[in-house]
Amino acid sequence: MDVTQLTYLFVGLSFALYIGIAIYSRAKSTNDFYVAGKGVHPVANGMATAADWMSAASFISMAGLIAFLGKDGSVYLMGWTGGYVVLALLLAPYLRKFGQYTVPDFIGERYYSKTARLVAVICLIFVSFTYVAGQMRGVGIVFSRFLEVDINLGVIIGMVIVFFYAVLGGMKGITYTQVAQYCVLIFAYLVPAIFISILITGNPVPQLGFGDTLVGTDTYLLDKLDQVTQDLGFNAYTENIKSNIDIFCITAALMFGTAGLPHVIVRFFTVPKVRDARKSAGYALIFIAILYTTAPAVAAFSRANFIDSIQDASYESSPEWFKNWESVGLIAWQDKNADGIIQYSAGNALKEGRPKYSSERGEYGERKLLNEPNSANTNEVYIDRDIMVLANPEIAKLPAWVIALVAAGGLAAALSTAAGLLLVISSSISHDLLKKTFKPNITEKQELFFARCAAAVAIFIAGLFGIYPPAFVAQVVAFAFGLAASTFFPVLFMGIFSKRLNKEGAIAGMISGLLFTLTYIIYFKFLYTNLNNADYWFLSISPEGIGFVGMIINFVVAIVVSTYTKPPPKDVIEMIEIIRQP
Amino acid sequence: MQSKKDSYWNENIRILIILLSIWFLVSFGFGILLSEWLDQFQIAGFKLGFWFAQQGSIYVFIILIFIYIHLMNKLDKKYFGKRNSEDNS
Repeated sequence: MDVTQLTYLFVGLSFALYIGIAIYSRAKSTNDFYVAGKGVHPVANGMATAADWMSAASFISMAGLIAFLGKDGSVYLMGWTGGYVVLALLLAPYLRKFGQYTVPDFIGERYYSKTARLVAVICLIFVSFTYVAGQMRGVGIVFSRFLEVDINLGVIIGMVIVFFYAVLGGMKGITYTQVAQYCVLIFAYLVPAIFISILITGNPVPQLGFGDTLVGTDTYLLDKLDQVTQDLGFNAYTENIKSNIDIFCITAALMFGTAGLPHVIVRFFTVPKVRDARKSAGYALIFIAILYTTAPAVAAFSRANFIDSIQDASYESSPEWFKNWESVGLIAWQDKNADGIIQYSAGNALKEGRPKYSSERGEYGERKLLNEPNSANTNEVYIDRDIMVLANPEIAKLPAWVIALVAAGGLAAALSTAAGLLLVISSSISHDLLKKTFKPNITEKQELFFARCAAAVAIFIAGLFGIYPPAFVAQVVAFAFGLAASTFFPVLFMGIFSKRLNKEGAIAGMISGLLFTLTYIIYFKFLYTNLNNADYWFLSISPEGIGFVGMIINFVVAIVVSTYTKPPPKDVIEMIEIIRQP
Repeated sequence: MQSKKDSYWNENIRILIILLSIWFLVSFGFGILLSEWLDQFQIAGFKLGFWFAQQGSIYVFIILIFIYIHLMNKLDKKYFGKRNSEDNS
């Protein structure tokens, strides 16, 4: 069987598994639909949280980003794992004790205000949809490259699958599907990593392998990588380019954003007891760390392999994967010095960023480009960073079944996260907007029906995002964290640890955090992209890290406003007392 | 009763402060602010600051959460006895 057939087989089998689980564990009540009946075992919940959390961005893009960013890429590693410490210590146990269904629920009750609940719902929809858009692009990439179907058809297939188990199964269906998806995705991530680690360093543990020596020499992989990257005009792989303050802020924004992400928080509502919420945060981090400690190893290996296998090769004899990804449109080669040989070095090969292909073929069979060559450097290769993990097994010449496995893993990662996000969107609409705000008289059956409708609509919109992707999807996902950090984290944290923060403070805080962060991001990323560099940034903090500043603003505004307005009523103080005890 | 609740909460806060200080030290400290200085030391092929940024901090995070689970279970037992956290709202 060739790669395509194997991929169809693996992807087909995994999809059948997910649907089977969904039918087996479908939701019968709103309690099942929103929080899986609160009966999920902490280890299962840990796995589900890990799958929920690790998205197409973690599985497909992260190692590729780190491969090209080098040490600067550490922000993602520390940010997306360190957030779990914050979540486990400061939020999860207390929110579980509170014992309701959604994050806006907590904010609405704690700040005794429908307005606060509404603001929270708006923030939640904003954060979750930006995030979902990224997943759908991931699904599209995998389908178009490995199954050779049209991207749109791929997105529609993905939508149907998610529709099936999210609408039928609710949180209960999603939880058990996510457990299966975790197993698929982690297996798919580790197998090629272990193979490549053995090939390059002879060490079967990737986490140790990338600090080891290259097979048959005394040179450490990282030293060689530093050397090679510098020779090609890049920064040394193990050194930072970004300023410390920017790295600090991006890491903090990602950490507090993680702790404030609604679809992650609700996972802790599904376990039976407070102590299970703590435990399941611990298991979740272990399951996540297996991938997150492997990713930097994969990054180093793939950077080294990538340079090794194309540098100074003639295009005609260049590896198969190079041409495959070129035909998908994620690699381009512009033969600047017309010698038929691929030269890769620092700098953008093309002038306008993304390649625009003409229908003709060049002298050596390459796809001809309409872009002006960028004469400022000698780099001839354009490569989309998103492909590194997917291309890695091919670059390392691993067997076909490993490549097929990676495709199934990428889909598992994208679908599991999409499902989790769609669920929080739908439950915030049916529960927070309808039941708790506009139509308090609906029965549980009706609420369940509305929840399913909302899930269906949300999936449809997410699908549109996949078919007509907004520009810069990958970056948009990073901003979802900034927004979550600057809106949710302060009010959740203070809701538990301060008895003085009142509704005026919370609402003012959330709105000012949201507006500040959003304005800053839109200003630099969409309106004045030419000013988007350290000279113009506030305190040289990039838009990726600005969520941390937004969060501080939220805290300050909330505290100041609360100080000058009435303290919360007595029953709220009592509620805080109760959630503080296990 | 009031004072029992308060001292439970105070002990809880103390645990949080200690654990979060370590959390801050390994990530923002060793992984970012002190990272370049730590890079002068090397274990196997890893420069130490680089290792903390891409590996070490994550391992410490896991250990921290499990220490927290252990300490809190002990604290719950001390203040609320065996039949704690029986809520199932």
